Amino acid sequence: MHEVAIMTETVAIANAAAERQNATKIVGLTMRIGAISGVVPEALSFAFEAVAGGTLAEQAQLIIETVPVTCYCAQCDRPFTPPDLFYECPLCSSLSQHILSGKEVELKSLEVI
Amino acid sequence: MCGNCGCNAVEKPVEIHTHAHDHSHGHHDHHHPHDHEHHHHHNHDGNHSHAIDINQSIFAKNDRLAERNRGYFLAKDLFVINVVSSPGSGKTALLERTIEQLKNKLNSAVIVGDLKTDNDAQRLRKNNIPVAQITTGTLCHLDAEMVLNAARKLALDGVHLLIIENVGNLVCPAAYDLGEHKRIVLLSTTEGEDKPLKYPTMFKSADVVIINKIDIAEVVGFDRDSALENVKKMCPQAQIFELSARTGEGMESWLNYLQSQYQDIAFQAVITV
Repeated sequence: MHEVAIMTETVAIANAAAERQNATKIVGLTMRIGAISGVVPEALSFAFEAVAGGTLAEQAQLIIETVPVTCYCAQCDRPFTPPDLFYECPLCSSLSQHILSGKEVELKSLEVI
Repeated sequence: MCGNCGCNAVEKPVEIHTHAHDHSHGHHDHHHPHDHEHHHHHNHDGNHSHAIDINQSIFAKNDRLAERNRGYFLAKDLFVINVVSSPGSGKTALLERTIEQLKNKLNSAVIVGDLKTDNDAQRLRKNNIPVAQITTGTLCHLDAEMVLNAARKLALDGVHLLIIENVGNLVCPAAYDLGEHKRIVLLSTTEGEDKPLKYPTMFKSADVVIINKIDIAEVVGFDRDSALENVKKMCPQAQIFELSARTGEGMESWLNYLQSQYQDIAFQAVITV
């Protein structure tokens, strides 16, 4: 359950950003979560309820955008979207260890008043 | 990756204030050269809400501290490994034997992370090496700050190899860079050959995969070929060692690996200076 640690940091970043803008309330909070980040969106939502209380984000809506995995094939010099957990290039069948996207755990944006 | 343009610049917070409502300053003559949308919404109270772009990695702080750790380790000529596994894979047994067999070649120190008890730390102290214990309480992983605080308590002069024994968990520690040089993922033959398929994030981050307890592989019906295939497909970047920390079988190539990696780090330190 490192989702609690992640959400605690997220809410701290969000509150600091909102305060710098003199916002009084965060009404929406959008995160980008990579498919291979190891973070479970449901657990994040659960953690959000627990850690947002008493902050500007108390009543905010949490929106989670999932980022699919894309890899880079060095043999073919092109990116590809792997169909499963083995990152095999569909053209040359070589296995890729170069992950271009899918590991994100980011706070994308806020909606504030 | 940045949500706006696909670049990798997520380390620094980028705040683009799309529109300020409080334009109290009289000379409102600034331009908006950026052509992205200005979001305005009304909520149910009738108040204007507006968007703030953040695009910041939640791990930015940990990643910065981890880089700082790497610099600290480099300055001390330390080769640092982060050992992760499920509970009961034999991390402590592997470390005990590793430290013992390396003792005339490399001096070791250990940082041990555990939820509760310092049993593992006590086992390792029997080797007469510096050991720091981090008791995480309910936290399921170590982070870069905890490692730095623990490292500062250790007498590291003359130490070549710093081993971080992470909390027994194959999920959460995957996300936290500790500033290590190599990440070692341990799995034992009793856990089944499909372990890499169940924990893809961790295995994809592995520099080394060790298959432990090969001495009892036959008894527990471990399918070696299938396990090796799963590891190779899931983490093609990883070096694989098969060994038994209990009997010592297969230890030699693992120890050789550690020594050659230390030599590389020491050499790097020399040319960096």
